[in-house]
Amino acid sequence: MCATEKRWDLIRRRTELELRSDKKNIKPEDLLTISVSPHIQGRDTATLIMLWVIVALLPLTAYAIYVCGWSAVTVIASSIVGSVSAEFLIQRFRHVPVSIGDLSAVLTGLLLALTLPPRLPFWMPLIGGVVAIALGKQVFGGLGHNIFNPALVGRAILAISWPKYMNTSYLVHPKAWAVNTAQIKTINAVTSATPLFAAKQVRSGALQINEGTYVKPLLLGNPWGAIGEVSALLVIVGLLILLLRGIVDWRIPVCFVGTVVILSSIRGQNPLFAAFSGGLMLGACFMATDYVTNPMTSWGKVIFATGCGVVTYLLRFHSNLPEGVMFSILFMNGLTPLIDRYIKPRPFGHSKRSIVPAKEASEQ
Amino acid sequence: MNIAKKFRRRYLVKGGIHPAPMKSTASFVIAPGPAPDGVIIPLTQHVGAQCEPIVEVGERVLVGQKIGDSGEFLSAPVHSSISGEVTGFVRHPHPYGHEVLSIQIASDGKFELSPGVEPKGDPFEMSPEEIRKIIREGGIVGLGGATFPTHVKISPVQGKQIDTLILNGAECEPYLTGDHRLLLEKTREVIQGGLILKRAVNAREVVVAIESNKKDAIEMAQEVGGELGVEVISLPSRYPMGAEKTLIKTVLGREVPSGGLPMDVGALVDNIGTCYAIHELFYKGMPLVERVLTVQGDGIAGHANLRVRIGTLVHDVVEFCGGMVGKPGKLIIGGPMMGLAQHTTSVPVIKGTTGIIVFRGETFFSREPAHFVCIRCGRCVRRCPMNLMPYAFGAFADMSMWQKLDECHIDDCVECGCCAYVCPTKNPLVQLVKVGKEGVVRYRKKMGSYQEED
Ligand code: SF4
Ligand code: SF4
Repeated sequence: MCATEKRWDLIRRRTELELRSDKKNIKPEDLLTISVSPHIQGRDTATLIMLWVIVALLPLTAYAIYVCGWSAVTVIASSIVGSVSAEFLIQRFRHVPVSIGDLSAVLTGLLLALTLPPRLPFWMPLIGGVVAIALGKQVFGGLGHNIFNPALVGRAILAISWPKYMNTSYLVHPKAWAVNTAQIKTINAVTSATPLFAAKQVRSGALQINEGTYVKPLLLGNPWGAIGEVSALLVIVGLLILLLRGIVDWRIPVCFVGTVVILSSIRGQNPLFAAFSGGLMLGACFMATDYVTNPMTSWGKVIFATGCGVVTYLLRFHSNLPEGVMFSILFMNGLTPLIDRYIKPRPFGHSKRSIVPAKEASEQ
Repeated sequence: MNIAKKFRRRYLVKGGIHPAPMKSTASFVIAPGPAPDGVIIPLTQHVGAQCEPIVEVGERVLVGQKIGDSGEFLSAPVHSSISGEVTGFVRHPHPYGHEVLSIQIASDGKFELSPGVEPKGDPFEMSPEEIRKIIREGGIVGLGGATFPTHVKISPVQGKQIDTLILNGAECEPYLTGDHRLLLEKTREVIQGGLILKRAVNAREVVVAIESNKKDAIEMAQEVGGELGVEVISLPSRYPMGAEKTLIKTVLGREVPSGGLPMDVGALVDNIGTCYAIHELFYKGMPLVERVLTVQGDGIAGHANLRVRIGTLVHDVVEFCGGMVGKPGKLIIGGPMMGLAQHTTSVPVIKGTTGIIVFRGETFFSREPAHFVCIRCGRCVRRCPMNLMPYAFGAFADMSMWQKLDECHIDDCVECGCCAYVCPTKNPLVQLVKVGKEGVVRYRKKMGSYQEED
């Protein structure tokens, strides 16, 4: 029996040692960590996603700076400074961990700047950035809790508070590539210089233009719009980057732009002009696809994007506003909780119809 | 017809993720495991009632001798995996996290077989009842990790006929390769075991379902299966392809109703390892006393597929493979997606141990149970194989809203971990689901809905 006992003693000692030996001497780093499964993780993090969206916006931003010059740099920089500092100060004030490192405030600032005209005085984007973060995001409780797209909230408040600046700070002498001077002259002849505004005046009979001739400048270098509207082509490039990374759902841009194009062409507008003019491309690819403020499910996203398209069309054709993308997205943001409440995925094994009776199925 | 089936298999089964497979042990032949000095055999290794010990302290037991049994239907007996002396009954740490009454046996180093271990005769001459009885006595449970007693699974239920038996060789968990090796090395035995089960449930056909990344195993199975009249199906490689409900939906296109059993749609799923154990039981007489498991991870010196005696301490297996390297990180019993992290290496290997994975302290990943932050990216919804809304589980569990959780069908969650894997803000979604499920049970009790349902 002696040998057996010895063997057994070995096992027991080993066990005891690990279980109860003087626990005070165990250093935390010598212990095993326990946690609930899964014990491995996917590669994407929130910060990485924000980074990729910023990267996707970089070609557009760079080209915009080339076209608009230093004034665009001022707008972009002060907008980002405004939003990041607002995030920092508010989180300090609320005694919650400061999360400017996750880049979401930077992204909000950048997006806001891209929706602004290039020749604003520096204090306006600064206020816009602060307002975007304060009223668009932090009042709701920070990242993930906001109902409306913060950048668009910032822009909406600027547009309502200082409409004069917002409507007149466009470029007069752009140096965009692929646009001939004659076109610039035609446009500059009208008071307010965005093509959509021109299109509005066309409908009212005040101006005669040929929409088709604007498509090329809109794609390659549109000098008459906000910073982010300089080139629809680069917006699409950004969208492709996001699609390849699996960051955005294709349904939103496709349904949004698709709806606007279809409705506008029914009303006799050039479909390409409808797609590329104004903030539609930027809005559909970068604003409406903001995770926080659109529905979770695929069908929810389709409804959301189609709704955005319809409202954009209504605002473009039946209101005094030159552009409806911003308000349409904000409007549908407000409906998102409702969409999420009614459009839910069907849980596995929950519908009577989908269960094929055993006998029938085996005869197939 | 075939194309339609392929299409369905690839595209119509939603959700799932593609984690890095890390199956470097797929080419390692199954090796015999350590010969332990002693074993600790928990009396609960299965779903169901705990066994009562039927041996005395000081008694000599032999390999394959029954040492614990229960009178309950939903239970499975346990057997000694070594020969030696019973040295005591203790409450010992169990891989499931609590302490369980276990039988300690000190080895005499002889591994003498019990006289009861002898071939059971030709199973194809036996009646289903006899087969079931032998399977029960052999202590066979589902070896894929769920440890549901097999004899219960194959017991007939009034009005339900099983037409298809699926042998589950998906092994979709990263790192694990035990089933893959069994399929390669013991193809005939595995399929024979499946045929025994087929006879027991009187099924019309048997299919072996293998993930498409195990090409060699598919070929082997096709070769042997062709002889024995068994169909082999190649599944898309995606986690959690091996989960019962997902597997049935993929292979047969039938959806197991919520709260129902595979039997409700005429299917039965059994793991490759279980089939092999059944073969061993009938043709060699050996009850379930050892199993194949994979030892893997960057925190352990040697990687292997081992045949380990049940009750061997994980400590012994780790030492056998060269011991841990680096700072201690995580020790996981099972696969990395659904396995359980252990706080000690003195837990025994049990019937449901599919693998032992050790991660280094320097590289392991642990989810902080921090505040729930959701950026509403919708990845969890898209990836959930059960088509649920994991973010809602997280949010509601975080706020203790049990009623809402119940309305979101939290009971249907299989805790596969896909949602937590893809979540960019690293929310501990599975943990919150577990909290939520408990809360829902408490909530229902409080509301007395149990009585209403009756
Ligand atoms: S753990 Fe549950 S909720 Fe999460 S993906 Fe799996 S089944 Fe869905
Ligand atoms: S994956 Fe995480 S962040 Fe994304 S919706 Fe689900 S819980 Fe929220």
